[in-house]
Amino acid sequence: MTGLLALLSHWRRHPVQLAMLLLGLSLATALWSGVQAINAEARASYDRAANALGQDRLDRLVRRDGAPIPIATYAELRRAGWQASPVIEGTYSGLRLIGIDPVTLPEQGRPVDVGNLGDVIGTDTVFAAEGTAVPDGLTLQPADLPTGIAVTDIAVAQRLLGGAGISHLVLDPDAARPALPDTLVVQTAQNGTDIARLTDSFHLNLTAFGLLAFAVGLFIVHSAIGLAFEQRRAVFRTLRALGLSARALTGVLLAELLALAIIGGLAGTAMGYGVAAALLPDVAATLRGLYGAEVAGTLAFRPGWWAAGMGIAVAGTLVAAGQSLWRVWTMPLLAPAQPRAWARASARSLRWQAGLGVALMMATVILGLGGTGLFAGFAMLASLLMGAALLLPVLLTAFTAFAQGRAAGVLPQWFWADTRQQLPGLSLALMALLLALAANVGVGTMVASFRLTFTGWLDQRLASELYLTAQDEAQAARIVMWLAPRTDAVLPIWQADTPLLGQRAEVYGVADHPTYRDNWPMIDALPGVWDAVAAGQGVLANEQLYRRAGLRLGDTVTLPGGALPIVGVYSDYGNPNPQVLISTDQLVARFPDVPRLRYGLRVTPDKAAKLAADLRATFDLPVDAVVDNASIKALSLRIFERTFAVTAALNVLTLGVAGLAMFASLLTLSGMRLPQLAPVWAMGLTRRQLAGLEFARTLLLAALTMLAALPLGLGLAWVLLAVVNVAAFGWRLPMHVFPGDWLHLAGLSLLAAAMAAVIPVRRLARMAPTDLLRVFAHER
Amino acid sequence: MLLTLRSVTKTYPTSEGPLKVLDGVDLTLEPGQTLALTGESGSGKSTLLHLAAGLDTADAGSVAVAGQDVAQASDAVRARLRRGTVGLVFQQFNLIPSLDVAANLSFQARLAGRHNPAWTQELADALGLSALLTRYPEQLSGGQQQRVAIGRTLAPKPRLVLADEPTGNLDEATGDAVLALMLRLVAQTGAGLLMVTHSPRLADKLDARVHLTAGRIA
Repeated sequence: MTGLLALLSHWRRHPVQLAMLLLGLSLATALWSGVQAINAEARASYDRAANALGQDRLDRLVRRDGAPIPIATYAELRRAGWQASPVIEGTYSGLRLIGIDPVTLPEQGRPVDVGNLGDVIGTDTVFAAEGTAVPDGLTLQPADLPTGIAVTDIAVAQRLLGGAGISHLVLDPDAARPALPDTLVVQTAQNGTDIARLTDSFHLNLTAFGLLAFAVGLFIVHSAIGLAFEQRRAVFRTLRALGLSARALTGVLLAELLALAIIGGLAGTAMGYGVAAALLPDVAATLRGLYGAEVAGTLAFRPGWWAAGMGIAVAGTLVAAGQSLWRVWTMPLLAPAQPRAWARASARSLRWQAGLGVALMMATVILGLGGTGLFAGFAMLASLLMGAALLLPVLLTAFTAFAQGRAAGVLPQWFWADTRQQLPGLSLALMALLLALAANVGVGTMVASFRLTFTGWLDQRLASELYLTAQDEAQAARIVMWLAPRTDAVLPIWQADTPLLGQRAEVYGVADHPTYRDNWPMIDALPGVWDAVAAGQGVLANEQLYRRAGLRLGDTVTLPGGALPIVGVYSDYGNPNPQVLISTDQLVARFPDVPRLRYGLRVTPDKAAKLAADLRATFDLPVDAVVDNASIKALSLRIFERTFAVTAALNVLTLGVAGLAMFASLLTLSGMRLPQLAPVWAMGLTRRQLAGLEFARTLLLAALTMLAALPLGLGLAWVLLAVVNVAAFGWRLPMHVFPGDWLHLAGLSLLAAAMAAVIPVRRLARMAPTDLLRVFAHER
Repeated sequence: MLLTLRSVTKTYPTSEGPLKVLDGVDLTLEPGQTLALTGESGSGKSTLLHLAAGLDTADAGSVAVAGQDVAQASDAVRARLRRGTVGLVFQQFNLIPSLDVAANLSFQARLAGRHNPAWTQELADALGLSALLTRYPEQLSGGQQQRVAIGRTLAPKPRLVLADEPTGNLDEATGDAVLALMLRLVAQTGAGLLMVTHSPRLADKLDARVHLTAGRIA
């Protein structure tokens, strides 16, 4: 206990150091556990959705014209042997009300957590998430359901929805399927695993960012602990000399670290909860926009997540302190008491670092040449980032040595030599800054490349001025006749679904028209591609299908009615599904039941608005039945921007943590710099001059780190665009560079460095001569 | 007169109230003269030396170096004085760890714009450092480090050399040798020397001695 008190007194005398340690630890934990909280909440939402909407996993019967199914038709189907269960859906008091028949609903489609519906048949009980406001007269039965969804007995739903007809019939997957009336069509079930797989890659991205931020935060912890241990070497030696064993000393230090980890972990998980709560609405919007996955926008407190946050805080502290603890454990009793230069890397350890860095870079290249899939992509990212971080101090050491050799004056020579000497103490902070800047360059390049490509692609894909969706085929036919003299072209956009290479694929029919020939975003094609499609002798495949199935031009894909060769590949961003294009004639021939409701309308752009208004007025169409391409583009871009809002926020947070790491290092180093600076001051430099040089040094190192971060960030962007995106989404994006963004980031990094340096530098500029003179005092 | 202190007082704030370290000190030093400043610990020897070097300012009185009053001079003026007129030797050597011996030796001379390679080489030879020029301070013994510090101080040929216990960290034999070297080289440059020491034996090797007791010249 006495030993512990002696050691703890260090923190009382160095409160800023203690604050930095706790801040680094809590920030690292916060960013990590915040991301984990978001992931946990999203996954819980998927589970709830899977439970509530289990019926979505089953095939269903719907009317060809989309209208409700009459009770009589349902009865006929049952008599004909169809094992089908009716579902009524509608909106009631702002809730998505789902009415199911618990008696006939197949087991596989039952909302498992809703309880025993048989007990509430005919009652006014609705199942919904706890706290859902239900209208008067209804009884809420809390259930693990997504927000905004209520499940009830079909009779109750029908009454509440004003006698609505059956929306669809859910089919028993194991039952036979007799002949179907012409008015009905089987709609293939959505595959829930698609959403899970797609969102998994999104969550993996978030986790990677969380890990990066955690690693950057740990740099602060490592440097603060390393400094505290170095400063207490004399105390360690004294305690050992007074009879404390190495085991007891290490144990006491371990207890101290655990106590700090618990404090930092508690603060970190609390901050993480705040981070997650702030980011979750954007994440929810992203998942809804990009994948159609519903995630609640509010955060629930989960004990498991809290425990994991505490665990990672303790584990992180032990990892960050491992080296220091090992040094104490192995410290000879007669070790020099004078603190060595903190974290001074010897030439030998720098060589080790260089060797490991080069090995990791080689691993990156090998993975790039031979690896495939998401795991290889993330392994490449990890080895690239860690390798570069390890090589940074080596490169900076070499650069400063070179600069010193080329420097003309005595001060520049001293400046470079002194900078080189500071590198070991600053290298962790600079590595953190490098990672944060590279992540910013890499992710920024990826997002900006994506945005540029996506915008161009939207312009190509949305070539028609207006897009029309008719309510039924009869109305569609009337509208097409009406449009004929008023438009340059009316282009069918008809779509059917079919299984293709083990996945559910979309099959679109396109007309032979310059709109497609001139604008369609082709990646690769055989000569005469459009002629082949028009003649029914080929299909176009989207990039997702092409890459995932490893297809080549000329390979065939099997569709109902026979196989067709792939004659072209086009980009299809944002679509998780495989897709093929065939001629409209082929589509109708192969899918006779295809709904013929959507059309693209070509018209002189300045006439588009009037035509849309006339269409709505003439055929009494709802507003969203006629949409102009600008609105669709704006909507798509809005979804896009929200998709990357979370990434941008994490980018800024990581850069902030790196800035803090730099501040922590500069602040702690400033106290140790006096013996190096005081002699130069004594020989004729003013404190202001020295402070100016210190400031310049910090800015220079930040600028050099930014320079190193540029190629690293571009490498990161390449891996994201060419490897991770292809594995996760199935599309490969062209990489564009944005030097303007780099300048902006360089400005930000210099600002962060300047802010980190301003307090230590100001302190030096205003330091009393007495403090500098202590360096020369005999008692020192 | 090379160095003149008149009625100099200096007080430091402490947790137990103000502590008067120098209390009306008068002292002079002629060019070429070597003067030992002795006294007990805490008597104000180092403070006096720091004021003479322009490292700190006096509360009252005047400090003139080569005719220039530096007692209340600005930071920049005092820095210029240290760069061009004064040479300092410390007990702790205070070499620049990031520079090798050659760069340390020539550092102050180059800073003052008075670097003379021939003279620096002569100093290195005289101080026995010629074989150590590419080494770094951490690779030298205490005696070697102090010889580098003396060489660095004398390289710009300062008019006033101020030495604070220059042999305090060395054993007696090494200390004697280093001091002898310093005195010989100071004499060679014609500089004045004010040296703080605890040792009456070393003080006897200089031209004169003053004793400081409780902030006053005895």
